[in-house]
Parts: sequence; C-alpha cells; structure tokens
Amino acid sequence: MTNRLSAAFSKGRPALVTFITGGDPTPDATPAILDALVAGGADVIELGMPFTDPMADGPAIQAANLRSLAAGTRTADIFRIAKDFRARHPETPLVLMGYANPMVARGSEWFAAQCADAGVDGIICVDIPSEEDPEIGPALRAHGISFIRLATPTTDTARLPAVVEGSSGFLYYVSVAGVTGKQQAAVDTIKEAVARIRSGTDLPIAVGFGVRTPEQAAAFAAHAEGVVVGSALVDLVAQHGADAAEPVRELTAALADAVHNAKALA
Amino acid sequence: MNTATIPNSPLPNSLRTQPDERGHFGQFGGRYVAETLMPLILDLEREYKAAKADPAFKEEFDDLMKHFVGRPSPLYYAPRMTEHFRAQAAAQGKPDNGAQIWFKREELNHTGAHKINNCIGQILLAIRMGKTKIIAETGAGQHGVATATVCARFGLPCTIFMGATDVARQQPNVFRMKLLGAEVIPVTSGAATLKDAMNEALRHWVAHVHDTFYIIGTAAGPHPYPELVRDFQSVIGTEARAQLLERTGRLPDLLIAAVGGGSNAIGLFHPFLDDTDVQMLGVEAGGHGLDREHAASLTGGKPGILHGNKTYLLQDEDGQITEAHSISAGLDYPGIGPEHSWLHDIGRAKYLPITDDQAMEAFTLCCQLEGIIPALESAHALAALPEVAPKMGKDQIIIVNVSGRGDKDIFTVAEKLGVKL
Repeated sequence: MTNRLSAAFSKGRPALVTFITGGDPTPDATPAILDALVAGGADVIELGMPFTDPMADGPAIQAANLRSLAAGTRTADIFRIAKDFRARHPETPLVLMGYANPMVARGSEWFAAQCADAGVDGIICVDIPSEEDPEIGPALRAHGISFIRLATPTTDTARLPAVVEGSSGFLYYVSVAGVTGKQQAAVDTIKEAVARIRSGTDLPIAVGFGVRTPEQAAAFAAHAEGVVVGSALVDLVAQHGADAAEPVRELTAALADAVHNAKALA
Repeated sequence: MNTATIPNSPLPNSLRTQPDERGHFGQFGGRYVAETLMPLILDLEREYKAAKADPAFKEEFDDLMKHFVGRPSPLYYAPRMTEHFRAQAAAQGKPDNGAQIWFKREELNHTGAHKINNCIGQILLAIRMGKTKIIAETGAGQHGVATATVCARFGLPCTIFMGATDVARQQPNVFRMKLLGAEVIPVTSGAATLKDAMNEALRHWVAHVHDTFYIIGTAAGPHPYPELVRDFQSVIGTEARAQLLERTGRLPDLLIAAVGGGSNAIGLFHPFLDDTDVQMLGVEAGGHGLDREHAASLTGGKPGILHGNKTYLLQDEDGQITEAHSISAGLDYPGIGPEHSWLHDIGRAKYLPITDDQAMEAFTLCCQLEGIIPALESAHALAALPEVAPKMGKDQIIIVNVSGRGDKDIFTVAEKLGVKL
C-alpha cells in the first residue's frame, strides 16, 4: 500500500499534496471535492478527520472542523468516504490527518484495521510525537499503513533520527513554528531546513503550513519533493459550500501546474 | 503513625515516585504534543531536574512562599461545622459519630487561592530558561490572577487566555488581571470556557516557543507539567501533615479536595500517598447531575488524549470531546490531571461527583457556620462532608482543602439565589 505513496513521489518532479477536512461542509459533499482534487492534478490527498479541539490549526481549519462536526460527521463517515474514494481512484494515495483522540477512541488496532480495509495509505497525527509511538505506531505498521511524521523548525539534527524512526511514506516538514494557514516561511529558510533534514532521512520531504498560492507553492517545490496546501483549499470550501468542487479543481490545477514544473524554473 | 513524621523519603514500593521517566502514571500522562513543542518540553524537563537539584532554587521558592505568598497557610479546626455534622449524626441515631473537621486555609494565600504556589515555581523555571514572555490559560480567573501577579512581581509581560463565557461570569478577576498589567484575551471558540482557553494558549505557544513560557495552571498537560505542578503544590500536603501532627500527634483519616484539573487535590494528597491509613476523596463537579451536563471526567468519562496527556475525558464513542458544565468556572473542564486518573484506577483515592445545588448548600453553610466565604470550587469539597462526616467516629479527623476564597463568586451565587446586586 505504501507503493502508492512512493509512486507519487517518484514522478521525476515535485508532488502536490492537498488537504481538505472530511465532512466539510457535509459528509455528502466531500466525495465531489476529493474528485476535484484528483481532477486538478493533486498527487496525494490528505483527508482531515474532524476533531472538537483542533489545537494545532489556525482559524480556517478550526472552522472547517466545526462545520463538519455540526453537519454530524462521524468516524464511520470518514472511513466510508475513504473506501468509496479508493474504489473510484485506485491509484491516488489517500492519507488521513487528524488528532490522536478520534484515532485511538476504539483502540489503535481497530483504527489501523479500518484504515487497511478502506484503502488508506497513511496517517498523519498531530499530537502523537515519536515519544508516544507505542500509542498507535505498532498497529499502523502491522497493517501496512504508513505513519507519516512531522518535522518542524524546532526539530534539531540530534532529534531527527528519533522522529524518522518507524515512519514511512514521506516526511511532512512544517515550515513555520505555528498553526496552520497563518504566516509563511521565507524560501531561504526552507532551502536550508530541507537540506538539513535530508541529511537525516531518505524519505521524500513535503513542505507545508502557510502555502496559499501557486507562486509560493512553486518556490517551495523547488527545494523539496512535495508541497502541501490546505487552508487555501479549505477557505474555498468555506466560501462555496456544497458547490466548492469546481473552484477547488481550478485552484488545484493552478497549484499542480506550478508545483510540477517547479524544478524546471529553479 | 507518629514515627513517619516527614514524608520525604519514599519507600521502594512507594506511590510517590510517579511518573516514570517517560512521564507516565501507569497508562496515563505522557507527552502528546505537536512536534514543534516537543523539543521545548524536553528542555523544560531537563531544566526542572536541574532546578530540583539546585539548593538555590528551593531557597528562592521557599523565601517567596513565606514572604510573598504568606505561607504556611493555617490548618484550622472548624468547630461549628464539626458540631453541625455531629448533630446530624445524632439525629440519625448515631450519637458517637461526627468526625472532626479541619480546613487547610489555602484561601488565605496572597491572591486568594492555591494557584499562586504553582505560579511562583513556574516563573522561577521560566527565568532559569531565559524565557522573556509568559502565557497562561484560566477558567475561574484564579490562575490568571496568580500568573499576572508573579509576572508583575518579576517584570515579565503576561498574556492570559480566557474563555469569553468565563470572562463574562468572572469580571472581578478579569479586572484584577488587567490591574496587574496582564493582557486578557477572550477566547470565543467552542463553549468559550477553560478547554477552549487552553487550545488557544497552545496555539499561541506553538508560534512563540522561542521566547515564551506557558505557565499551565493545573497538574495536567504534557510531561513534565503534571509532575512539576504537583511538586510545587505539594507544599499544601506537606504543611498540613506537619501541622496536624504537631497539633494532635496523629495523621488525618480522610483528605477531601475539589478536582477540576486537580492541582489543589494532588498537592494535598501526594505527601500522604504512602500513609496507608489516610483515605483520600477527590470531589468532581457533578453540574446538573451525571445524567445531564456535568464535568465529572472520572465518574462519567473514559480514558483518552487531550491537551498533551492521556487521562479520563468526557467524550463520545468517536473520541469527540463533550462540553463540560459546572457552576464553578474553575471545575468546568472535560478532563482531569493524569495522576488522579491513575490514583482512581489503582483505587488509592476515591472520587465523588457533587452537583451545583449541593455545592451551593455547602457554600452557604460554610459562610454561616465558620465565617469563611469559600470559592465555589472549594464548596464542592465541603459538599462531600454530609456524605462522610456523619458516618465517621468523633475521634476521626477530616482535612478539607479550602483551596480558594469566594469573593470572586459572589455574583454567580447571587444570581443562583435570585438576588440582584
């Protein structure tokens, strides 16, 4: 299953990783938005699992979490959306992103088995650092689900091996110390940080947090294997609601074009 | 009992040696934080270890406790409260019953609650670490006031995150914080109470880790916070233990304290954990009742992960956190410190939910019988007395932690009593 993820980062050009919150604005609206991401050229899809207390997220994704929960989204809806996505898109890697409590509420074994059944390729969990790996890591690895970890500007070289240990798929580099969708890191610091992190891992590195426009995405993509865009897409969902698919496809297409051609420009 | 006068040398099988080196109390506790915060949490752990080993740190802490906070706080025998429950026991046909009731008077501390003990310890750590800005969350405002106080004392800028609902119901404390020079940021997400204030404080912290220290107000959050907050608050139990021994030559039979996050309770309980004859009762906020809205995470919740630790939480089957309710803003939180979760699971301490109405009765009783206006949080602890005191013998001793004074709560109480101020 990890093959879909490695394939996405082995196309000889940077990958576009896109995030939306599952169930936002409603569970029924999510499949069309996911299809729009694929149609627009996203290489990896992150599907956010809504949580009542999204403490690492800025206002845009906080609001998306609350919209989704207000629409009645349950964990079962997220897995149903994932399974249907897999049936429609056998090749596009799908990653669930969220917070620990909804992932472990029924036990990590249950969660990992559901992921495997739904064709989910990997997990990003904001609040399970490598120190707490036993909480969910062993179950994910046993079911062949990639545990994708986050590295940040505060992750120093000494700590990096521990962060990478037991992870697979790709490494998500959080480019700024902060919450999602707020400030943006300077390109110079990205270049330096990615070089530093690359010395500690063979995993592809995707850079995210604060990337909103095709220009910014291209600038980051020139230094990494992938770029993650979330809040800008979530903002479109906030603006257009159930009709968000077409605007999401348009922004994704512009981002994909910029990211896929970034190396040539660099 | 008298042989063990000083609780400072835990036995090999002691209950006082938690957490383990990974910050776990049994299955609880831990460090469930975003990677951005992890290196800082590790720094804090190193710095706390160094501070504990540094006599100068302890000396400065003790000096501030004595001269700035006003410690030791008195251990007070409450004669009319004692008589009240003896009369109740007699009316129930048990004339030999009715335990002696003693109050640990934390409400007499500078700023009016136990919260200051922890703030003194943490700001000394912040200064050791070279941090130049302080943030904190607050529910009732007591921790916010205590944090603003130590920030003023040490000249550090202070930002307090407080749920907008709590800002409205705790106006006097909001004004106190502002007088002390703090900036109070009302948080409007969620139910706009303590949980949401903590989310927002964490969001701010993650963006300012390089220069900012987060003074967490209770014995919860990622390791090493539950440990260090407990250690700073343990002054309560250490004093109470020595004071009662000096006055009566014996240890208490029962300790009672209110539990929101649980810092005043763990501060009282911890020095007694290895005294096997001392029973402990933590009082949770039962709100409108356990079948309705409440904040009793041990009695009505299950283990989960929130705000950096694994602990009992109010949540649904999907792990979504449910809103807590209590008349007391300081107990209005859907979780509890991890050491309490552990003490609950191993059975060392018992936990009892008390409703808003029971707390109100105890509040009034304490005002009228002892001339002490307790905080609504502490009124929850006092409200356990009718359940236990009449069942105990007259020679038995209960210590109740009167963790804070109730001046801040008079508007809430007036509203509840239908009185317009």
